[in-house]
Amino acid sequence: MNRSNIEGYKTLATRIRSHALRMTNHAKSSHIGGSLSIADLLAVLYNRVLRVDPSRLDWSERDRFILSKGHAAAAAYAVLAERGFFPKEWLGTYCQDGSHLAGHITYGVPGVEASTGSLGHGLSIGCGMAVAGKHSSHSYRVFVLLSDGECDEGSTWEAALFAPHHRLDNLVAIVDYNKIQSFGTVKEVLDLEPLANKWQAFGWAVKEIDGHDFEQIEKALLSVPFEPERPSCIIAHTVKGKGVSFMENQLAWHYKPPNDDELRQALTELGDI
Amino acid sequence: MRAALIRTLIDLARENERIFLLVGDVGYSLVEPFAQEFPDRFVNIGIAEQNMIGIASGLALCDKIVFTYSIANFPTLRCLEQIRNDVCYHNANVKVVSSGGGLAYGSLGATHHVTEDLAIMRALPNMTVVAPGDPVEAALATQAIAEWAGPCYLRLAKTGDPIAHQATPDFQIGKATKLREGRDVTLIATGGMLYNTIQAAEQLAQQGFQSRVLSMHTIKPLDTEAVLSAAAETSIIVTIEEHSMIGGLGGAVAELLAELCDSHIKFKRMGLNDSFCSQVGSQEYLRKTYSLSIEGVVSTVICLLES
Repeated sequence: MNRSNIEGYKTLATRIRSHALRMTNHAKSSHIGGSLSIADLLAVLYNRVLRVDPSRLDWSERDRFILSKGHAAAAAYAVLAERGFFPKEWLGTYCQDGSHLAGHITYGVPGVEASTGSLGHGLSIGCGMAVAGKHSSHSYRVFVLLSDGECDEGSTWEAALFAPHHRLDNLVAIVDYNKIQSFGTVKEVLDLEPLANKWQAFGWAVKEIDGHDFEQIEKALLSVPFEPERPSCIIAHTVKGKGVSFMENQLAWHYKPPNDDELRQALTELGDI
Repeated sequence: MRAALIRTLIDLARENERIFLLVGDVGYSLVEPFAQEFPDRFVNIGIAEQNMIGIASGLALCDKIVFTYSIANFPTLRCLEQIRNDVCYHNANVKVVSSGGGLAYGSLGATHHVTEDLAIMRALPNMTVVAPGDPVEAALATQAIAEWAGPCYLRLAKTGDPIAHQATPDFQIGKATKLREGRDVTLIATGGMLYNTIQAAEQLAQQGFQSRVLSMHTIKPLDTEAVLSAAAETSIIVTIEEHSMIGGLGGAVAELLAELCDSHIKFKRMGLNDSFCSQVGSQEYLRKTYSLSIEGVVSTVICLLES
């Protein structure tokens, strides 16, 4: 494990969190909790793992990343801006009249591979991209980041059945398992446990990690496919609202935007003002 | 019509290796020749239509031309949001095909009657909606939508549909085909109603009434020019479809005519009233109950001509 890599991830993750907090504050928009829970995953993906190039958006060999939990768009836009896919100034327009950036991630924004927003769509689209890659003998991988809540959707499991049957080892599903969905905890609403066993039973090679431990994230993402001829699933145990003490594990931050005082406090905690 | 689809798709796939065919675990004794010749471009997705549309979109976003095939309402209504978001919103090159359009599955019951699809597909931005009138048009439509960039819905009837065209017509998406000229009334048919409409026009001619017959194989974009010419040159327009009278061909034509300030055209929609079939029966039997038989069309038109 290279120390400077970890520092790079930390720096990028902090920037993602800061941007997302500012964006949701400015736009008075929802979903900061689920944006903060994926910041560390996005930092490793975009710092080290994904083979993407902002100067070649239509490069046929690029890795595809699909944010299936499209409501966490603020975090994804933040990392794309940090990686130079579009100007950082755009982030200030998030959800504003005339902006390029809608509250759910939207195809057409540089670096975005698919529009989502309705849950349970992303993994199927990812399967299609993975089939296309195999057919055309491309070496790209397809990474799909799902929420735990969207594992309620039957369509997610249609895709989960499909990928192992067709030996899509170029496909990686990452579940942001922050344990809180729209209207309660996952355990209360519709318990997913044993979640890793479910994906295993469907035929995926599964690893469970701490989704905020950079060493574990990096190790998992750099070792895909975990097994030949099988798709890989990473169950990332995360904390909704991670990084901001008063947002962590609180359902309310699925909805509430931080006000100006809360934003200041959050940025102070992150050490990024 | 479904045989015409597969024959044409095989020809197209030989020329164009971007063409894929996905099926939702249907197509027995139909799709096998495609599957055998192009095993790496044929996928039986399983009974999972939502996944089928998502996969089709993913393939299309990677530059493939993807046909999805199933029957009845499974390829459309079951996965409507995937068609809206994954296909139409991305303007993805996916061609959704349903076999069994209208009342083709007659006695199998209302779950298998495809009678709102045109209205629903027509409402989706970026979607082109095509319902060929006979196997000749079905083959031409398959080729045309393969060459058309963007989402398409192709509504087919079934197997053994009667031939309406004696010669191969010029077929363009968005351009109605005129099968018969007449000044008394314009009969506009779509999908499987074309044959009965032609037969009705012949019977009307025997009674001294001359009908213009248009095959409106494209519901969207609608051939407004053909409708406006009919409104100017004939005094009655009748739309005939195996579909709810809400929002399909009749709805599309009505929307257009209603915006003409100076039209005194007499206009009638023929189709299914706003109900599920309450009776069990063959396609022919059920068509009769909705006046969509040849005799039903003739008597409806004569009533209009004489009123």
